Amino acid sequence: MREFLDMGGYAAFVWPSYAVTLAVVVLNVVWARRSLARSRAAARRRLAAGGGDA
Amino acid sequence: MSWTWFHRLASPPHIYRLAQRLTPWFAWPAAALIVAALYGGLVLAPPDYQQGDGFRIIYMHAPSAWMSLMVYTTMAVAAAVALIWRMKVAHAVAASCAPIGASFTFAALVTGSLWGEPMWGTWWEWDPRLTSELILLFLYLGYMGLRGAIEDPQRADRTSAVLAVVGIVNVPIIHYSVTWWNSLHQAPSVMRLGKPQLSTPMLVPLLMMLLGFTLFFVAVLLVRVRGEILVRERSASWIREALST
Repeated sequence: MREFLDMGGYAAFVWPSYAVTLAVVVLNVVWARRSLARSRAAARRRLAAGGGDA
Repeated sequence: MSWTWFHRLASPPHIYRLAQRLTPWFAWPAAALIVAALYGGLVLAPPDYQQGDGFRIIYMHAPSAWMSLMVYTTMAVAAAVALIWRMKVAHAVAASCAPIGASFTFAALVTGSLWGEPMWGTWWEWDPRLTSELILLFLYLGYMGLRGAIEDPQRADRTSAVLAVVGIVNVPIIHYSVTWWNSLHQAPSVMRLGKPQLSTPMLVPLLMMLLGFTLFFVAVLLVRVRGEILVRERSASWIREALST
């Protein structure tokens, strides 16, 4: 396990690159869901205000 | 020739429902592929004979770089379609691509930097490949900034679409930069004519990660595009229907 974490001496470069990229993956899920939720809330407000065509 | 199928396909309510239904079919295979590729890349693949375990950065760097270019190409094609056929849904697709592409371009630059330091002895070099990839990040950010700066949504769509289409010239420049100029960056090892230059146990996790990231892009795009369609839609009856799901 220790050997694995050490990455042959490249730990300081390998692990941060995995952390940054996987963080980008997770953030994309969070941001996309948040953006959809925001648009749905805005659409709901528009409807409530009587906006839109028939 | 009848264009009705085309209009139906491009109708916002149809796309909205289709996007919703398709999302899990891309999200779950993407998650499975990425997890399997992580195991393959970190555990199963042998260390490189020159770079040791440092080469494992490739499993994050190459798929991120691939995303940066593939997402931009999707965005530019959607923008062109939107401009030519005045298609609202295509504008929604283009607008959805930008934040996804920008974030993976950022990841490609950071992981490249983390790879450059131990292998080339530098975090950054004003090299053709690195510089053109940085310009790609600025293109994404410029596109998003432009959209945010224009009040009228239709004008924001059209103006940003022109920027997206013009910016496509940077994509082949990035891809061929390592061939056209003397670059510090290595030549393509997978996306090349003939056989890839990686051994099978190294190559398989990389291909799985590339596919996993691509499916992930589609899943995230499908979620974002629904929001962008809702923003552009004026028909109260189907908005009500979409909100009820």
